[in-house]
Amino acid sequence: MLELKLADYKAEKQPDWCPGCGDYGILSALQMALFELKRDPSQTVVFSGIGCSAKTPHYLNVYGIHTLHGRVLPVAQGAKLANPHLTVVAVGGDGDGLGIGAGHFVAAGRRNVDMLYILYDNEVYGLTKGQAGPTLGLGEKTKSLPKPNPQGRINPLLLAFASGYTWIARGYAYDVKGLKELIKEGLSHKGLAFLHVLQPCPTYNDLHTKEWFAPRLYKLQDEGYDPHVPEGLPPEELDRKMAQFQEKAAEWGERIPIGVFWKAEVPTFEERLKAYLPRYPEVYPALGQQEPLDLEGLLKEFAL
Amino acid sequence: MEDFTWRVGGPQGGGIETAATLFARAVAKGGWWVATKREYHSNIMGRHSYLDVRLSRKPVAAFRGKVDMLVALDGETLARHLDEIRSGGVILYDPRVLELTVHKLPMLDHRVAEALSERFGKLDPSLKDLLAAYVESGVQPLPYPFEEVADRIGAELGVPSLQARRTLNTIAVAASLHFLGFPLEPLLEALALQFRGKVLELNQKVAEAVYREEVPRLSFQLHLNGYEPGRVYLTGAQAAALGKLAGGLRFQTYYPISPATDESTYLEAHTAFTGADVAVVQTEDEIAAVTMAIGAALTGARAATATSGPGFSLMAEGMGFAGMIEAPLVVTLYQRGGPSTGLPTRTEQGDLMFAIRGGHGEYPRIVLASGDIQDAFLDAQKALAWAWRYQTVVVHLVDKFLASMAQSLPKEALKVLSLDGEKRLTPRKEGFGPYERYAPSEDGISPFIPLGTPGGFYWMTSDEHDLEGHITEDIVLREYQMEKRMRKLEAARKEIPLEDQYTLYRDGEVLVLGWGTVKGTLLEALDRLPGVGYLHLRLLWPFPEIGALLEGKKLVTVEHNYSGQLADLVQQETLRRVHHRIVKYNGRPITLDEAVQALEQVLAGKAPERLVLRKGV
Repeated sequence: MLELKLADYKAEKQPDWCPGCGDYGILSALQMALFELKRDPSQTVVFSGIGCSAKTPHYLNVYGIHTLHGRVLPVAQGAKLANPHLTVVAVGGDGDGLGIGAGHFVAAGRRNVDMLYILYDNEVYGLTKGQAGPTLGLGEKTKSLPKPNPQGRINPLLLAFASGYTWIARGYAYDVKGLKELIKEGLSHKGLAFLHVLQPCPTYNDLHTKEWFAPRLYKLQDEGYDPHVPEGLPPEELDRKMAQFQEKAAEWGERIPIGVFWKAEVPTFEERLKAYLPRYPEVYPALGQQEPLDLEGLLKEFAL
Repeated sequence: MEDFTWRVGGPQGGGIETAATLFARAVAKGGWWVATKREYHSNIMGRHSYLDVRLSRKPVAAFRGKVDMLVALDGETLARHLDEIRSGGVILYDPRVLELTVHKLPMLDHRVAEALSERFGKLDPSLKDLLAAYVESGVQPLPYPFEEVADRIGAELGVPSLQARRTLNTIAVAASLHFLGFPLEPLLEALALQFRGKVLELNQKVAEAVYREEVPRLSFQLHLNGYEPGRVYLTGAQAAALGKLAGGLRFQTYYPISPATDESTYLEAHTAFTGADVAVVQTEDEIAAVTMAIGAALTGARAATATSGPGFSLMAEGMGFAGMIEAPLVVTLYQRGGPSTGLPTRTEQGDLMFAIRGGHGEYPRIVLASGDIQDAFLDAQKALAWAWRYQTVVVHLVDKFLASMAQSLPKEALKVLSLDGEKRLTPRKEGFGPYERYAPSEDGISPFIPLGTPGGFYWMTSDEHDLEGHITEDIVLREYQMEKRMRKLEAARKEIPLEDQYTLYRDGEVLVLGWGTVKGTLLEALDRLPGVGYLHLRLLWPFPEIGALLEGKKLVTVEHNYSGQLADLVQQETLRRVHHRIVKYNGRPITLDEAVQALEQVLAGKAPERLVLRKGV
């Protein structure tokens, strides 16, 4: 591969996000992370759903697949499973991932495919002019809502945990450097990594603004929080880790933690596939048919 | 007997499928060609289910209206199949059920029980009354106490009763064949195909014991037909799965749904087979099934999914996505009775228009339909090849009738086709930069580049896009892309060989048009209908240019749906009027006799414009 510069990961296309949008920070962090990890753009695919955040792939010089509203995870998992050597990142908004795509969000956790999912959470549907997203709290009223939100909020971290995500972290869109480190860690994690990014929407979310977040955010790792859950941890230790996770994942209000919450070692779906497809890592589906089909052999069970 | 149909009925989960497979294999070992039809409820255990095995001296894919021999493994079968046996046929039943009355059959539909009450002029007719009616219609009753026989043979062989009763299916088949004067040897061979070890030994001993008993000789007998090796016996779902493997399938997704699931579970059971390492993923729903298959296809893996009506409805959006980004995708659609949940385990051809038009907006798609088991195998290969050739969605239509039907075929009928023609881009040797994914192309097909192709990258979006795959709402680019995509249909229409588009089996002043699984029935009906022609449509979209073939003919369509969707399509595409629509939508396949009678009505000029067929159990 050619020696690439950071700028090489940046596409010519100019983002059409609103000025001050948190998406810019996430995009920069992603570019830097891919660059610093020296990921080959031709072996990297960024998938997205639909919405403001979903335009991300167009601004990166890697394979970029902008899919359907809510369907980014199944498309991304299909590609990764068919070619396990690709670096796969899925991105999308809170509405995309936890509204219309919630079923896929949960199911992905059960599989633990080796990839990174970044959820841009601004609590609103920006592209359709600011309706309440699934992470906006009950009774909260952002400026474009005619009435306070009558539906409650999903806690993405707790949902990811309940679903089986093996690396769970939260970042902040304006903390680009910190976010970059989290993306790098998520990309390096073996299994499904979930990165929840708090991302103010300067146009529609007047409740949870940069100013609102700034004094509340603190870094878990600064307080000695250890997210690591090694394999074969004794049950009482595991219970302690789970309690610690739940306490921090539920913390919201005066103090809001960011950082890595959970990091477990669990066999990936690719490894589980190997159990019934022994040649899977070498003869993965993307390579196509590698040898002629032994139809004669397959027909034996039907012979009369 | 030249042509014989055996039917076995009983509670679901009671092993009647094993019985039918055993019977089919036994007569096939005796040289007969066979076809088996399966009718069952959406239920795990206890509800009524039955199978027909039809024997013939030549390959067969159709079923008669009436059967020659019915084996009733319970009282409900006796109650449901009155009028289903031909005069002179026989019914084998356990005399113990005669103590029952119609209203004591817990699973019998109220409607059927009421109809029987009315017919017999009694509040609660007994099965004795019913049996008398069988006899009156010329059916010979053969009382056969299955369980007693099992216990007796068990005692003889020193086997506990519970174990002996597990061989009831073998007893039912052995008794049937023994009554028919069919030799024992093929049955023993068939058992060896079905069972192993101690179970085989027991079942063979049981069969031998049944054969040792003296039974009355029936007026008709079944002889050997000269066994020839090299035949196979498989279902439509298995044939479609094998066809996918032959077509290079490497990735299959599915969400459980009747009757499509059998295909995927067959694949699951046969992964890691030489040349057929298929990753099969059971997804959370059909939305994920279709989109995950698309993701896999983008990497270059031949990928597909399989579903039935409700799942196909959920896939409409994903299919449009594949059409938009030009991803190769095969969806095998096992049609069943709709709308909504409809008749989950019954057949229908109600999704033709949906397969062709379903989804928002317009994109090129290819729709083909299989008529029988050989077609299912060959069409699955074509579907994959065409999806990759045209980088678009191919819907392969089958239905419940075909999925669960089994047929014996010469092994040579299952040929691996060599179909190529993918347009692949050669990766860059030097340099680095974006690939033009939607490069201009006369036939609308831009060279395919799998994700991970070295030397570059590209973008794709479900939004309208420019040549590089970036979002655009520009009018010129919109028109360019729309036209580029839709040109692929014209290319397909030109390139797909005519024999893959339709077959004119016979020309005639009265020309019958059909698609899908009416094929076997209509082809056999032709033998009895001189002067009637049959045009079978294999490719439904792009619609073949058949107008000239229809000129001046009296046109009749035959299909399993309410409105006559093929008739509408033919009229729309050829501007020729369809004179008669023969339709059936009760979930049961059209029988040979029904088709012949309906077409005779047409020939006699007595058929209405729309003729509804209503037979079935």
